[in-house]
Amino acid sequence: MINKQSNIYTVIYIIVLVVVVGSALAMTALSLKEKQQANEDNDRRKQILASVNITPDPTQISADFEKYITSQLVVNANGDSIGDNAFDVSVQKQLKNELSKRQLPLFICTLDGSKKYIIPLYGAGLWGPIWGYIALDSDGSTVYGAYFDHQGETPGLGAEITTEKFRGQFAGKELFKGDEFFPVTVVKQGQKPQDNSDYVYGISGGTITSKGVAAMLDECLKPYQAYLNKLSSNGR
Amino acid sequence: MADKVSNKSVIFNPFSKNNPVIVQILGICSVLAVTAKLEPAIVMGLSVIAVLAFANVIISFIRNTIPTNIRIIVQLVVVAGLVVIVNQLLLAYAYDVSKQLSVFIGLIITNCILMGRLEAFAMANRPWPSFLDGIGNGVGYAIILVIVGFFRELLGSGTLLGYQVVPQWCYEHGYVNNGLMILPPMALIVVACIIWVHRSLNKDLQE
Repeated sequence: MINKQSNIYTVIYIIVLVVVVGSALAMTALSLKEKQQANEDNDRRKQILASVNITPDPTQISADFEKYITSQLVVNANGDSIGDNAFDVSVQKQLKNELSKRQLPLFICTLDGSKKYIIPLYGAGLWGPIWGYIALDSDGSTVYGAYFDHQGETPGLGAEITTEKFRGQFAGKELFKGDEFFPVTVVKQGQKPQDNSDYVYGISGGTITSKGVAAMLDECLKPYQAYLNKLSSNGR
Repeated sequence: MADKVSNKSVIFNPFSKNNPVIVQILGICSVLAVTAKLEPAIVMGLSVIAVLAFANVIISFIRNTIPTNIRIIVQLVVVAGLVVIVNQLLLAYAYDVSKQLSVFIGLIITNCILMGRLEAFAMANRPWPSFLDGIGNGVGYAIILVIVGFFRELLGSGTLLGYQVVPQWCYEHGYVNNGLMILPPMALIVVACIIWVHRSLNKDLQE
C-alpha cells in the first residue's frame, strides 16, 4: 500500500493530474480552433453588416458579406491608400502604434447604388473591451448607422450600448461642422457637450461604458480625418 | 455510507428542503451577477448543472487516490478544466450563447456550490449518487436563478427573455420600470424575499 500522505505521492499526483488536465484542454482547444476561428470571422462579418442595418441569414453571412462589402481599403493618417485587406487588420493592435505608422482599415459597402464607408472601432468599457463599427454616407460626414458590442459590460446597464435604442441615435449625426472635425460625443440625458459637436444620449447607470463609447469614437475616428476630408470635399 | 440516504432524496432534497442557495446560502455572488435578465440566468443554470454533475462524477471516481492535504487544489483543477472545456465547446458550437454569457461561464469556477458539493458529497460517495447529487444541486441553484431573473427582468425592464410583456398603455398611464431592480442589491432583496416565503412554508427550517 502506497503512503498517500507522503510528499512524493502528493507531488507525483499533482504533476500527473495537471498533465492530464492540461493535455485534455490543449486537445480541446486545438481540435476546436478552426471552428472557433470561423465562427469569430463570421461574427465579425455579421457585425460589420449590422452597422449598415443588414441582418444576414445565419447561413448566408459569408455570401452577403461578399455581396454588400464591395471593397476593402487600408489607409494611413494622411488619407493615402496603403493596402486593401482591411479584414485582417486588428484595430486593437494598430491603436498601440504611433499615429503616423497606424494602418487604418475601412470597408466600403455598396447599398442601393450609394457607397457607405464602414470604420471599425475599439475601446475600453467598464469591465473590458468594447468595439463597434460606424457607417458613414458617401460624403464622409453623415453617420448612416452604428453597431456596438462589448465583452462583459453589466447586463441592463452598460450592456445596453448594443440596443437599437442607443445605436439608433447615431444615424444622421454629422462629423464635420464646416471644416472642423468632431467625432460624435456621448453626454448625459438632457445635457449638451461643451463644443458644438453632434451628440447622443448615454445610458443612465452605464456612465463609464457611455464615456468609453465617446472616447472610442474620438480615438478611432480622428486618424481618419484626412481621408474623410477628401471624401467630404469631393462630395461638396 | 452511500446507502445511508436514498438516491431519490439525494436528487430531490436540494430542490427545496436543502436548497444550496436559499437554505445553505451558497453561490449568492453569481446569483447577484447573472440575474438582471432571464436568459443568461437560464443558460448559466444549465451550465452549472452540467459542470457540477461531471465534476462530482470525476472527483467521486478518483476520491480514494486524492492526497487529503491537496484535495481542494485537485477539486479546483478538475472544475477549472471542465469549465474551460464547456467554454470552448460553446465557442465552437453555440457561438451566440457563449458571447452572451461571456465572463459568466468563467465565474462558475468560483461558485461555492461546486466546492461545497465536491467536498461534502463527491469525496465520500460513489459516482452514481454523486452524479445525482450534482444534478439535484445544479437544478436547485438554477430554480432560484430563474425565479430571481424572472422578477428582475419583469420589474426592471418590463420584458421577459427580451420580449416586451408590460403593455404600452401601462407606460402611457404613468408606469415606470424600476431601475433599481437591475442593480445587484435588488437581487439580494429578491433572494431574501424567496427565503422568507420558503421559511414560512417550511416551519421546520425556522431557527
